[in-house]
Amino acid sequence: MASSFLSAASHAVSPSCSLSTTHKGKPMLGGNTLRFHKGPNSFSSSRSRGRISMAVAVNVSRFEGIPMAPPDPILGVSEAFKADNSDVKLNLGVGAYRTEELQPYVLNVVKKAENLMLERGDNKEYLPIEGLAAFNKATAELLLGADNPAIKQQRVATVQGLSGTGSLRLGAALIERYFPGAKVLISAPTWGNHKNIFNDASVPWSEYRYYDPKTVGLDFEGMIEDIKSAPEGSFILLHGCAHNPTGIDPTPEQWEKIADLIEEKNHIPFFDVAYQGFASGSLDEDAASVRLFVARGIEVLVAQSYSKNLGLYAERIGAINVISSSPESAARVKSQLKRIARPMYSNPPVHGARIVADVVGNPVLFNEWKAEMEMMAGRIKNVRQQLYDSITSKDKSGKDWSFILKQIGMFSFTGLNKNQSDNMTNKWHVYMTKDGRISLAGLSLAKCEYLADAIIDSYHNVS
Amino acid sequence: MRPPVILKTTTSLLDSSSSSPPCDRRLNTLARHFLPQMASHDSISASPTSASDSVFNHLVRAPEDPILGVTVAYNKDPSPVKLNLGVGAYRTEEGKPLVLNVVRRVEQQLINDVSRNKEYIPIVGLADFNKLSAKLIFGADSPAIQDNRVTTVQCLSGTGSLRVGGEFLAKHYHQRTIYLPTPTWGNHPKVFNLAGLSVKTYRYYAPATRGLDFQGLLEDLGSAPSGSIVLLHACAHNPTGVDPTLEQWEQIRQLIRSKALLPFFDSAYQGFASGSLDADAQPVRLFVADGGELLVAQSYAKNLGLYGERVGALSIVCKSADVASRVESQLKLVIRPMYSSPPIHGASIVAAILKDRNLFNDWTIELKAMADRIISMRQELFDALCSRGTPGDWSHIIKQIGMFTFTGLNAEQVSFMTKEFHIYMTSDGRISMAGLSSKTVPLLADAIHAAVTRVV
Repeated sequence: MASSFLSAASHAVSPSCSLSTTHKGKPMLGGNTLRFHKGPNSFSSSRSRGRISMAVAVNVSRFEGIPMAPPDPILGVSEAFKADNSDVKLNLGVGAYRTEELQPYVLNVVKKAENLMLERGDNKEYLPIEGLAAFNKATAELLLGADNPAIKQQRVATVQGLSGTGSLRLGAALIERYFPGAKVLISAPTWGNHKNIFNDASVPWSEYRYYDPKTVGLDFEGMIEDIKSAPEGSFILLHGCAHNPTGIDPTPEQWEKIADLIEEKNHIPFFDVAYQGFASGSLDEDAASVRLFVARGIEVLVAQSYSKNLGLYAERIGAINVISSSPESAARVKSQLKRIARPMYSNPPVHGARIVADVVGNPVLFNEWKAEMEMMAGRIKNVRQQLYDSITSKDKSGKDWSFILKQIGMFSFTGLNKNQSDNMTNKWHVYMTKDGRISLAGLSLAKCEYLADAIIDSYHNVS
Repeated sequence: MRPPVILKTTTSLLDSSSSSPPCDRRLNTLARHFLPQMASHDSISASPTSASDSVFNHLVRAPEDPILGVTVAYNKDPSPVKLNLGVGAYRTEEGKPLVLNVVRRVEQQLINDVSRNKEYIPIVGLADFNKLSAKLIFGADSPAIQDNRVTTVQCLSGTGSLRVGGEFLAKHYHQRTIYLPTPTWGNHPKVFNLAGLSVKTYRYYAPATRGLDFQGLLEDLGSAPSGSIVLLHACAHNPTGVDPTLEQWEQIRQLIRSKALLPFFDSAYQGFASGSLDADAQPVRLFVADGGELLVAQSYAKNLGLYGERVGALSIVCKSADVASRVESQLKLVIRPMYSSPPIHGASIVAAILKDRNLFNDWTIELKAMADRIISMRQELFDALCSRGTPGDWSHIIKQIGMFTFTGLNAEQVSFMTKEFHIYMTSDGRISMAGLSSKTVPLLADAIHAAVTRVV
């Protein structure tokens, strides 16, 4: 019975979704103008239409004026992929890890932790508003290192959040309440939901240059210029590692310069750390950027997610950390984060938090987890190498494809434009988002050569 | 015979949100600019000026949650005969948390299922869970379900459902005022204010009778502007335990529909209140039956004991399938920036139980046992007070429904009971019947008797 239910659940998709036909604009290129955006425009339109409907007969639905929302572009990719009958089709839109057989993967340590929970007979009581204490301790120590002075001095406020998104939302709500009018700078491009999160939290945002399409690398000069020209005391959203969607990360030397500038301008960094350990295979290496800022005495916000590195996607486990310069202000920050969470969902879900606490808190399971993370990160690195080798062995044009090897993490910006991405789908049955992003987690070694053919054809034969 | 004690209760709907003006932060930023570089090292935490260096220095400490304060005080009390009647969760006769047997069995099944994974579920949650939750509250044969006029989204228990519903209404509904009963659950005003709605109140509880102020309720809702949103507790009102009768519900329904008000039901205790899932859903079904629109927030915290798993659902009943489809698409735009998608574990448990006839029947048996224990606690407490000749009319204890009881005790009497008898409850006189057992009823009766006879 449970088996058939789970089988049905795995196909649970909203019938209202359809393939997106929206033409996404290109990311902002060049220039010194920062695009300012505040408030969800589509909602304003909906609101006014909702009011108009009051003029009509009372029998008409009070929700008649609500329009159909635009379909989700990434979900649309997966939908179209499912509808495709081709046996060579490839889903590179999915933002989740896959095995070499392109199947979902539940980590062994997760299964062991769940068995432990069942054996212990844990109860289902409400967690505190801030979450499971053992989880909060483990997650702060994982991020900063257990011997970090900030932890020893109790300068870290940690609140369990609903994975990365829920944690970002708590941080955004804190900014809205206690830093009214402060602006958040987000990278161009960035994860699509970042804008939604700050919009819904009523926090104004603008973009700083990040991705350079000419080199398919980091526009470091543009990035520095834009952060420097932002109003003093702005929040700077930084991807801790494995930038989504480009895969492009600053080097350690560049991180130092970014920290210098942020200190100079008294900006406040807001790190999104969704891939610690999953990006390079090393928890410490992937946390280096955050630790650098904290070691400098810079106060930071950090949102963490265990979706990718522990494969706990649907368990919704993450945390928002605020590393302050004093334990007193950290305690006050924590009390305010709780005050924000209480009217949102009261308290967080217990299951995923127990898994994380049990894995991180148990030395045997912790070591096994690190090995599994290295395996996942290693598979993605192998795929990058294989894809690069396949492309360079086939493409005689002399184009530099080395960015494929330089990029980090699950996602890769290929440099393909919208038309070229369409060709990948229509001609080669390769499904990806229109910005040219591919998820290497959805690629197997066996499929690299096929993908290389598709990329070369699209790049050279479609303009 | 002394007259019944008049409960003095004031509902404070809004927390005062005092925040420092932005200039304070700028001053702190300016001060930090002049600190020497070495100040960023460890010594800064030992410095007497370290607090002023923080960009978060202007944040004030938020007030502690009053209910949490009761439990904290209870935990600190060294007395061996103490009683926690503030906790809003079910307890066994031994005073322990309870995990239902059906929940354990399903969890074992889930772990044994090799096909199960942790992949993201849709923004709206598990399809099976949503469908079955709608059937549970509306009835499997509900015309609204048959006509596809219902959209249901999985949310984080009752609170998450209320919040998603509130944010949806703030964005898409033409009226931004929601009427809450007086009193209501302490989190309600915060949920709706932060969702972007204005909060007003309507009379509900009558301290004089410790029952429903039905006339006041009708008057206040009767004067609410057309289109206003009205929050209704489907059953087992929190914190009073006072519910309308079915006849009163019918009059409320007629008034709401004739005034074109929008009902928003909070259904946190279906099955847990009376022991019958259908009886506890009757007020909601009354409204659905007339074909009108409504929202309902469901929680599986109490009736399935899934407190910390955070399982709930928001259903919106619309006039047509097309409207329902559009509503769902917009609900997704509310949820995605909040937490992307809901947690899978608790919803998997609920879906498995609602789907399997044997598990469902076993659940209804365990559910009735919980409800019956609470009902018997009410009777035992009432009997104990009568046998002590405690002054006043205590029949409200057996008339009230669900986990909570508004005793009618005032703040001084509550304080006395805490100090002299180590009985912990909130200062409004609310007690959680779920925290009582046959062994502890006499202790509570003694305390109440002493309080009403010795503290005015």
